[in-house]
Amino acid sequence: MTDEMGEVDDVTNTEVDVRVEVAEADPSLADERPVVFNVKDLSVYYAAFRAVRDVKIEIRRHEVTAFIGPSGCGKTTVLRCFNRMNDLIDGARVEGTLTYHGVDLYDPKVNPVEVRRRIGMVFQKPNPFPKSIYDNVAYGPRIAGQKSDLDDVVEQALRRSALWDEVKDRLKKSALGLSGGQQQRLCIARAIAVNPEVILMDEPCSALDPIATGRIEDLMSEIKLDYTIVIVTHNMQQAARISDRCAFFTTEVNEASDVRTGVLVECDRTEKIFANPTDERTENYVTGRFG
Amino acid sequence: MTATLAPSAPDHDDVFDILTGSSISFSRRVKNRAATAFMIGALLIAALPLLHLILTVVSKGAHAITPDWFTKDIPGNIGQTASQQQINERFAGGSATLDVTKVVLGMRPAIVGTLITTLAASLMAIPLGILGAVYLNEYGKKGRLASFIRFMSDVMTGVPSVVMGLFIYTVWVIPNGVSGASAFAGALALGCLMLPIVVRSAEEMLRLVPDNLREASAALGTRTWRTTLGVVLPAALPGITSGCMLAVARAAGETAPLLFTIGGVTALNASLSGGNTALSMQIFANATENTNEQTLLAWGAALTLITTVLFLTVLARFVTGRFANLR
Repeated sequence: MTDEMGEVDDVTNTEVDVRVEVAEADPSLADERPVVFNVKDLSVYYAAFRAVRDVKIEIRRHEVTAFIGPSGCGKTTVLRCFNRMNDLIDGARVEGTLTYHGVDLYDPKVNPVEVRRRIGMVFQKPNPFPKSIYDNVAYGPRIAGQKSDLDDVVEQALRRSALWDEVKDRLKKSALGLSGGQQQRLCIARAIAVNPEVILMDEPCSALDPIATGRIEDLMSEIKLDYTIVIVTHNMQQAARISDRCAFFTTEVNEASDVRTGVLVECDRTEKIFANPTDERTENYVTGRFG
Repeated sequence: MTATLAPSAPDHDDVFDILTGSSISFSRRVKNRAATAFMIGALLIAALPLLHLILTVVSKGAHAITPDWFTKDIPGNIGQTASQQQINERFAGGSATLDVTKVVLGMRPAIVGTLITTLAASLMAIPLGILGAVYLNEYGKKGRLASFIRFMSDVMTGVPSVVMGLFIYTVWVIPNGVSGASAFAGALALGCLMLPIVVRSAEEMLRLVPDNLREASAALGTRTWRTTLGVVLPAALPGITSGCMLAVARAAGETAPLLFTIGGVTALNASLSGGNTALSMQIFANATENTNEQTLLAWGAALTLITTVLFLTVLARFVTGRFANLR
């Protein structure tokens, strides 16, 4: 697994290589990266149903943290807590603490709109607006009140998401005319354009072919220099390739009531999760004996 | 090659028969034909009244439409301006002998009246209706107030149009005395009629906008009202426009709400105040008269009304088609 990590980093740039090597040589150094999110005893309810319980994770700056686990174990639910997207679902409720740079995100005084400006999100299904490519990327900055230099912002965001060369001649055309992979990169560009600190990605490659997936993975290893990325993925190879840290979730079934609850099994450095996990369930999952 | 893969590969002719359908039994073919014939027949029967109506209106109303129709006033007592003989001749198709200086068939006041009443009603009902729909779908959702408004809106759809007319007659026309009956009063009645149609159709269209667009916008730190204005309404616009056009077409053709409210004054009046008339009013008023000229006026007004509504609908389709290019 460590070989695979190296391979991906080779194609990005040398700066990353150095840092990863240092981190591998001395894992304690990686733990000194500042904590962006600190999650403790988090449970998420949909009305009376507890979907996930007792989640404890630290998300560190300029790292890619991957959430892995079988379907229905609450990875997406937890991810959507980080930018309070669950607020939009009727009856969704959070217990426990989730802090962002030490501030409780669920403090009643916190405005979810401000949270989402700093913590962007890319969804499972590409969801460009039915507008032009340009307007899609310029949407966020315009909402934030920016009126000048929009052309620059749009170009930079599209360059960063490796889409500029493909769309520069048709910026005024509908975004819905792009292929699925292009649409997803456009959604990443749209998220980048507001310059968030964190980008949450909910299975961003599940609707894409391997080539488009590869491009988005390259993109992630590149942009993590500037952003903090949390990604939900079903693809363990993908988690191994791109993430620095991995959180493994699973489902616990209450035999008596047949209620399924998602739980966090362990969260550790990716090498450790894949090579030498602490929990037996993690080992079974990553070696393919379960799920 | 296939033979080696499948030991009992089906015979070519059998496969051909299956795929071309020639192995289908006689009784199934008969049933198929009968069902197809029945469906086409049902369609024709349904379309027949419409075709007949359009043909009748065109054939009976077309020769009323002259340049005068759009520029001259509605003739008063026709018996005094034209002899019965001339009228009979013209109605029999001998229009060459008609002395147009004596009978001028004009409908301008009613055309103007219909346009301003419908426009005023639309200006009242469409913004209010769309705002109501936005509240129901984007804010109220399944709340008690929203459910109540939705229910009342349904009830309002079911109120007969004549009752709407009476309602405005009671609350607006009577309190305002002589100046009560006007295009404005008519527009109020038509607006009441349009409002629930606009609300429910716009809400339906807003509901069709996928939630993932709302989420995408919210995830960029957008407040609900900005999301609604910037993403949801533009995406729903073509559908909302169609719904509004339906309401406009309905209002333009209504007679009952205008009976008590518009005054039935046939002189040209291009303002919202003062007595006015409308195409639907003229159809009603003239069709109940006995003379052939009066009947011709009614047919002409009917043709004008149908054409206007058709024109508005096509225009709306065209405009929204341009907006919808980015969909």
